[in-house]
Amino acid sequence: MQQFVNTVLGGLTLGMVYAAFALALVLIWRSTRIVNFAQAPMAMVTTFIALQIIEAGHSYWLGFAAALLAGLVLGAVVERVLIRPVEGKAEINAVILTLGLFIVIHALAAVIFGNRYRSFPAAFGIRGIEVGDTTIALTGFGIFTIVAVLVVMGLLVLLFRFTDVGLRMRAAAFNQEVARLLGVRVGRMLTLGWALASLVGSLAGLLIAGGSLVHPGYMDSVVVYGFVAAVLGGLDSPGGAVVGGLLLGLSLSLVSGYVGSQLVALAALAILMVVLLLRPQGLFAQGRERRV
Amino acid sequence: MEEPAGFTMRDVTVTFGGLTALSEVSLTARPRQVLGVIGPNGAGKTTLFNVACGFVTPDSGALTWRGRQLQRLRPHDLAGLGIARTLQGLGLFDRMTVLDNVLVGADHIGRAGFWSGLLGAPRATRDEARLRERALAALDELGVAAYADRSPASLPYALRKKVSLARALVAEPALLLLDEPASGLSDEEMADLGERLRGLTDRMAVMLVEHHMDLVMSVCDDLVVLDFGRVIATGSPADVRDDPAVRAAYLGEAVEAEPSRGKGA
Repeated sequence: MQQFVNTVLGGLTLGMVYAAFALALVLIWRSTRIVNFAQAPMAMVTTFIALQIIEAGHSYWLGFAAALLAGLVLGAVVERVLIRPVEGKAEINAVILTLGLFIVIHALAAVIFGNRYRSFPAAFGIRGIEVGDTTIALTGFGIFTIVAVLVVMGLLVLLFRFTDVGLRMRAAAFNQEVARLLGVRVGRMLTLGWALASLVGSLAGLLIAGGSLVHPGYMDSVVVYGFVAAVLGGLDSPGGAVVGGLLLGLSLSLVSGYVGSQLVALAALAILMVVLLLRPQGLFAQGRERRV
Repeated sequence: MEEPAGFTMRDVTVTFGGLTALSEVSLTARPRQVLGVIGPNGAGKTTLFNVACGFVTPDSGALTWRGRQLQRLRPHDLAGLGIARTLQGLGLFDRMTVLDNVLVGADHIGRAGFWSGLLGAPRATRDEARLRERALAALDELGVAAYADRSPASLPYALRKKVSLARALVAEPALLLLDEPASGLSDEEMADLGERLRGLTDRMAVMLVEHHMDLVMSVCDDLVVLDFGRVIATGSPADVRDDPAVRAAYLGEAVEAEPSRGKGA
């Protein structure tokens, strides 16, 4: 029983991070029909920026804030400089571009930050909380992870549902031509969308890194899990991405706890294949199936 | 009030690859008038609208609006210039409510600054309440305010058309470009639309691409007839109806079918 509870708690915490990362992918997919594979190394770079700041003797929170801000800027710059020129052409061009960017950022990070494992601090304790005389697998940092992701998601919902900018961003994502006719500066909305997505990706990067080891490739598996979670949710639906992330985190945690941790990656791919075969439109998408 | 000069195109030519879609087309949409653009399928009507709203940049020719030349016209500038367009496919955002659809159209009128909007500053909140009222008023004028919270996808076609018209009208444009507003409407709905269009002319210039000759003949003050990208006739509906070139282009079909109906509205 205790093992089950711990597995579930671990799965939910991890699922929250996958959810955040999936959300980052979905934000970009919705508005540009591009799967941004470079999201992983982008989040890695911003996490390293936080690490540099923390190792220079500043507080964890300064590093945390700087990483999120760097994510915002990096997303905007990538969209403006690299993606904009291939806008309006076949989406595959942009997707290949993000794969190229994946490799380039990796290589640069290895040169700048060193191609080795470094430990990343956590803001809160990483020991389990004691309930009575047993210790459960929910750590202080785990709670922080869940809260941080929930807060960011809540802010995004507020932005998209209740603000003018959010309305314009949704309009631009649904139909660029019509949005333009109605006076929406679609280019700006896309830049903002990439910036926000990259910020959410950076948050995921920081949360995965907390209390663990980072190196230039530490986010690579997360982009796969995030992508699977996004597909589970239908790629188009932010809410779906969140549920997809939680489901995936939970399933992988159960696989890891009861079957064997070496099978986690395989299980993720199996889930991806089953979803694509049985319900290619995702579990929550309204409407047509997607080309994936 | 001083009458601002309307919208003109002068010698506009558009080619796609080797195909000439528009050839030296000139026209004027005057304030308080309805200008109809008609012609057989493939005559270049849609291309003409796409030029007018900046989707297509002409190879040569000039556009003016209220006496000013429109240099490089970009679609998102249109709304600010007081020009609105509806689309044949309506282009409603199906995953937003009807009200939100119209709000996007209202957005540029009283838009709060980007950051104050993002941070929910009081001024932005006030602006938004005002825009919301205007959007509801626009829906109400077309009799679809009751559906404000529904998804446009859940409404019958005729109502969706009204929503898209409300969205175009909410910003109080000075020029309204209507792309086949009557397609898919019943006779009754079409008569209603005709009256509505006449009613708009005290506020704006209207340019209309339409297949239904009854509507065109009863609503338009002036007509431009396109065939193979060229203007083959211009003038009042009566003049155009009697024009031999027009009769030849249409092979006597729709134009002749209802010769007796004059200006109904």
